[in-house]
Amino acid sequence: MGSTVVPKVPPAAEGGEKTLRVGRRGPLRRFLTRPEVGSLLGAVVVFVVFFTVAEPFRTGSAMATVLYAGSTIGIMAVGVALLMIGGEFDLSAGVAVITSALSASMFAWWFSLNVWVGALFALAVSLAAGFLNGWILTRTKLPSFLVTLSMFLMLQGVNIAVTRLVTGGVSTRDISDMDGFESARAVFASTISVGGVSVRITVLWWLLFVALATWVLVRTRVGNWIYAVGGDAESARAVGVPVAGVKIGLFMTVGFFAWFCGMHLLFAFNTVQSGEGVGNELLYIMAAVVGGCLLTGGYGTVIGAAIGAFIYGMTRQGIVYAGWDNNLVMFFVGAMLLAAVVINGWVRTQADRR
Amino acid sequence: MGDDDTPLLELRGVHRHFGNIRALTGVDLRVHARRVTCVLGDNGAGKSTLIKILSGLYGPTTGEYLVDGEPVAFTSPRQALDRGIATVYQDLALVPLMPVWRNFFLGSELRRGRGPLSRLDVARMRSIADTELRKIGIDLPDIDAPVGRLSGGQRQVVAIARAIHFGARVLILDEPTAALGVKQSGVVLKYVNAAREAGLGVVFITHNPHHAHLVGDHFTVLELGAVELDEPRENLSPEALAHHMAGGAELDALQHELQGGTLPQPLSSPYDERESGTKASHDQ
Ligand SMILES: Nc1ncnc2c1ncn2[C@@H]1O[C@H](COP(=O)(O)OP(=O)(O)OP(=O)(O)O)[C@@H](O)[C@H]1O
Ligand SMILES: [Mg+2]
Repeated sequence: MGSTVVPKVPPAAEGGEKTLRVGRRGPLRRFLTRPEVGSLLGAVVVFVVFFTVAEPFRTGSAMATVLYAGSTIGIMAVGVALLMIGGEFDLSAGVAVITSALSASMFAWWFSLNVWVGALFALAVSLAAGFLNGWILTRTKLPSFLVTLSMFLMLQGVNIAVTRLVTGGVSTRDISDMDGFESARAVFASTISVGGVSVRITVLWWLLFVALATWVLVRTRVGNWIYAVGGDAESARAVGVPVAGVKIGLFMTVGFFAWFCGMHLLFAFNTVQSGEGVGNELLYIMAAVVGGCLLTGGYGTVIGAAIGAFIYGMTRQGIVYAGWDNNLVMFFVGAMLLAAVVINGWVRTQADRR
Repeated sequence: MGDDDTPLLELRGVHRHFGNIRALTGVDLRVHARRVTCVLGDNGAGKSTLIKILSGLYGPTTGEYLVDGEPVAFTSPRQALDRGIATVYQDLALVPLMPVWRNFFLGSELRRGRGPLSRLDVARMRSIADTELRKIGIDLPDIDAPVGRLSGGQRQVVAIARAIHFGARVLILDEPTAALGVKQSGVVLKYVNAAREAGLGVVFITHNPHHAHLVGDHFTVLELGAVELDEPRENLSPEALAHHMAGGAELDALQHELQGGTLPQPLSSPYDERESGTKASHDQ
């Protein structure tokens, strides 16, 4: 930053007439150009549909269940959306959750430690996996599809092989009688009462993470850099944005959320199936895209991704409440994704017309 | 001319290769305070490569880069910016999906608060971006509009205003007036002049001989990655200067051809040469 140079000549345009050329956009226009508009409309439609067809959907406890289903996807979707805005995506996010849960469980069990020590170990593992993704990506300049696909396959193999090695089976031992389990469960997998309705604690964590990530994205320097790195990495680098650092940080953020979700799984179910998690990475991406994030990066919000995950939760539970065939869930999620992408694109072009 | 203080920036014997392309071969350059150094040359001569080395975007393959007489090895444009060297790039400028004011401060964001609570000072950044842009003569309808929605010239003005704001000691401009109207070009030239008078060193790349003529103190002509001419204005006869800046011998030939009214065809055709030759002599 320095002293501004001012020419001795008066500035060329004092023009008041120019300001009148285009009026400021009205609040409605402004709202309609927001990335999450399409998903918000979608959420309302899905809500109304299930509210009408499924009677049990109308209760407070049903909403709590919907929110819980949303949170299991939504917490990861926070990280995945940040990463997608930063121009990359992570196919290893689904199995990374299981890797984290397995690491915590088996590390604590094998050495007979307090489960919190296992959780710390798992955090290190998750952050390291994220770091590795980002480091390889920025070093090799390969597309994230290839780097994280490799990571996905490797983690999937390691998950099953190491679990077999340690426990002799496909799942970990029950750790519910170990030291620290109760407090860990209270943090990651308890249920609390909000206004008479039992709500899973992950819902509150989800809201907190969404709020925090939104603040970072919109109000901090790092957030500015995330948009810039996803929008045009070379231009960002040319004005001094540490592009590689931001990308590695984003992959590690995904790692952090994978750890959090892994801890929830572990302390909610006491054991972990080593082969699970495959396919969830696409649900996280689905939530972010439904919420208005561009696959190409540089555009989107975490709130949008949260709405995307909420739509997923409503669909998943709504179909159960409506008594429809459970296998239709994925059909509806897919249809929703398609509709949301089309509507998002359409709304954007409409709102851009002046 | 008696300007023997250390140059702000200096390149010594700089080579830059991209694979087997030799973009620069043994270039020397000095950028002094209070002087506008014009870098001229054909397309592909290596001008942009030269300024990208100056701005820290990449290092020289071999050769030395000195700032204030001390060798430096910038690994990021951030380090150059921290030493007051700001650049308007020809091809890399702004992030299209981001609002104007965010682009303006990208990489040099203003913040308030401390530690983990330090956050963007949005109000101040918006108002500074707004005044700086008005000063340079464009009045954008909406400072929140994504840059991608601006015209090419408006975008260039945003990039220039940003460099002028952050370039405390050296201002590097790679064809800044290429997409600008007459009025905005005039404003940019006035700023170049003002920057010189404020004691900055300016590197100015342009294909427009009139613009170079108006502000240049020192002329460096690159040809195929090598310095062909490197002289202060004082040492150049007005004819030589005009000749170099107007594109040299190329332009004489072009004028000749255009007046002859011939289509560009293989020069070996004897018919063409005879035809254009007669026409041109008739005209004189
Ligand atoms: N990143 C790169 N990779 C490979 N080759 C490059 C790269 N950058 C520049 N070059 C090559 O180096 C040479 C000089 O390019 P440069 O952009 O410096 O020319 P220039 O003088 O700025 O041209 P113009 O007037 O068209 O802007 C060209 O042959 C170009 O193809
Ligand atoms: Mg160039």
